[in-house]
Amino acid sequence: MTALLEVRDLKVHFPIRNGWFGAPDMLKAVDGVSFDLVAGETLGIVGESGCGKSTLGRAILQLIPPTAGSIAWLGAPLAHDDAKAVRAARGQMQVVFQDPLASLDPRMTAGDIIAEPLRNFMPDLSAVDREARVADMMRAVGLLPTMINRYPHEFSGGQCQRIGIARAMILGPKLVICDEPVSALDVSVRAQVVNLLMELQRALGLSLIFISHDLAVVRHISHRVMVLYLGRVMELGARDALYATPRHPYTQALLAAVPVPDPEKERAKPRAILGGDPPSPLHPPSGCVFRTRCAHATSICADVVPPLESADARHDVACHHWRTIART
Amino acid sequence: MTERASFNLRSPQGGVLEAAADVSGRSLWQDARRRLFANRAAVASMIVLGLVALAAILVPPFLPWTYDQLDWDHVEAMPPSFELGHYFGTDTVGRDLLARTMFGGRISLLVGLLATAVALLLGVSIGAVAGFVGGKTDQLLMRFVDLMYAVPLTFFVIILMVLFGRNFVLMFLAIGCVEWLTMARIVRGQALALKQKEFIEAARAAGGSTFSIIARHIVPNILGVVVIYVTLTIPQVILLESFLSFLGLGVQEPMTSWGMLISEGAQEMEANPRTLVIPAAFLTVTLFCFNFLGDGLRDALDPKDR
Repeated sequence: MTALLEVRDLKVHFPIRNGWFGAPDMLKAVDGVSFDLVAGETLGIVGESGCGKSTLGRAILQLIPPTAGSIAWLGAPLAHDDAKAVRAARGQMQVVFQDPLASLDPRMTAGDIIAEPLRNFMPDLSAVDREARVADMMRAVGLLPTMINRYPHEFSGGQCQRIGIARAMILGPKLVICDEPVSALDVSVRAQVVNLLMELQRALGLSLIFISHDLAVVRHISHRVMVLYLGRVMELGARDALYATPRHPYTQALLAAVPVPDPEKERAKPRAILGGDPPSPLHPPSGCVFRTRCAHATSICADVVPPLESADARHDVACHHWRTIART
Repeated sequence: MTERASFNLRSPQGGVLEAAADVSGRSLWQDARRRLFANRAAVASMIVLGLVALAAILVPPFLPWTYDQLDWDHVEAMPPSFELGHYFGTDTVGRDLLARTMFGGRISLLVGLLATAVALLLGVSIGAVAGFVGGKTDQLLMRFVDLMYAVPLTFFVIILMVLFGRNFVLMFLAIGCVEWLTMARIVRGQALALKQKEFIEAARAAGGSTFSIIARHIVPNILGVVVIYVTLTIPQVILLESFLSFLGLGVQEPMTSWGMLISEGAQEMEANPRTLVIPAAFLTVTLFCFNFLGDGLRDALDPKDR
C-alpha cells in the first residue's frame, strides 16, 4: 500500500533579522521531520508550545513554504511554487484551525463559509445543489440546516468548530490536518468535537493529522503518535506502544507530567521533572536538542545528533541511550 | 472530485427540529444599521442631507430665474423680493441668489461624491492589493503613494489647469487623485492586520486565489472603516473644491459652486452680507451633517471602541 503522504527531512526555517546588516538568524521551527501517513490513519503530533507542531501542519498544507526537504502527496512530489499541484492537493487536503471563531469570516453566513471550498473547486455546481450539499454537511456535523443563514458570532465555540469541520469535510478530502482543534473549547464540548472527528473519519475513510498538546485527547484519537521537540522528532510509534512503553526520556517526562485523578497514586507517582523552558529554537543545543533538560545526558549527546532508530517494528526513537534507559 | 452524496450519520437532534422554519441570522451590517438608526444626531443629519440634496436637484426647474440669467431691470445686489421671484435676492450683477445657491449645491455635492468615488475605487483596490500581496508589490505601490503625497495639491491642480485648460471633469480627477492616497494607506493597514487572521489562512487552504480572497474576505471586512472614512472625505473634498474655487482655480463662470458663491459674497461682505451668509450657511450645514453622520457610523460599526 502506498502512502497517502510522504514527508522526508522537512525543514522550515524563518529568517529573523537583527539589525540592518549581517546575516539573519535562522529560527528552525521544523528541522528535519520525516514520516509516512497511510489512508485512514490518524497521526497525533504532540509537543510543548513552540516545538513546531503547527508550523509542520502549515508546511504540509503549503501555507508556509518549506525551506528544505520533500513532501509527496499520493506519490507525486508537491512543491510550493507548483501552483497547480498545490491547488489540486488543497482539494483533498483540508485544515481545521485552533480558534473556532477567528477561523470563520465574520461577514459571511455559516452556509457561505461551508460552501466556500465548493465555490472554489466546483464552480459549475448550481446554487440549489450547493445548498443541498451544505445542508447535508451541516446535518453530518450535528448542526441544524435551519442555521444556514446565521453569522459566526451567533454560534457557540463548539458550534463554530463544527462549522470549521464542515468546511474542511465538504469536498470529501483524503486528509484533514487538525491544528489543535479542541484546545480552545470547553472540556464538555471537547469530547463531542473529538468524537465527531472520529465518526466522520470512519464514515468518510479519511486520514487525520491531529496536532495537540493534550496527551489524553491524542491518545483517544490517534493510531500513531509523533513527539516533537524543538522541531525534531523525538519518538514516533504506535499509540499503545508509545503510551505503555515510552522510550525517549522526553516522552517519559511528558507522560509523567499528566496528572492522575487519584490523589493517593498521584502523590506516590515517581516524577521525571522537566525543569525550565525549552531552549530557544534560534540557538538550539548542539547534538541532541533535548540534552539540556535530560537526566540521562552524557558527553555523546552534546556531540552527535541522535538518529531516529527503530526500537520495534513500528516504534522509532531518537536517543543515544534508549537501550539503557530504564522504563519508568 | 469524488461524489459523496449521502452521509450516513445522523444528527443527535433528529428530525423534530428540522421542521422549524429557516432561521435568518442577523448580520453585522444589520446590527450596525440598527445602532445607526438609534443615533438621533445621525438620523437628523441623514434627513437634512437628503433635503439639501433633493432641493439642489429639484428646486431649480421650478424657479422663475435660472442660475445664469441676469435680471436686466435690476443689475445690482437686491434684497429678497417676492414679487419679482428673487426669494433670496440677487447678487451684484443681478442673478437670482436662490437659483445660484441651489445650482452651486449640485456642483459641490457632485464634486464631493464623484471625487470620493474615484478615491474609494483607487484607494480600496490599491490599498487592499498592497496590504494583502505584500513584498515588492507593496513596496512599489506605497512608495508611489509617498511620491504623490509629496506633490502639493494646489501646485498639482495649477499644472493640470495649464496642461489641459480649465475643465470641470479635471477637478474631480485631480481631487480624487489626491484623496485616494490616504484611503489607500488606511485600507493597506487594515488588509495587513486581516492577513494575519486565521480565516484568511482558512480561505487559502480552501483553494481561494489571491483575487478571490481579496474580493470575498478582505474588502467586505474593511468596508466598515472605509464607509466611515468616505463620510469624512466627502466634506473634505467639498471644502477643497471651495478652496480651489475661492482661489479662482475651480469652477468657471457662469457655473458656480458653494465655494465660488462664498468667494463672491466675501467681496460684498460689508454692503450685502446676505450674499456671503446664505451659501455659507448651506455649506456649513452640509459639512456638519456629513461629520455627524460619520461619527454615527463610526459608533454604529465599532461598538466596542466607544
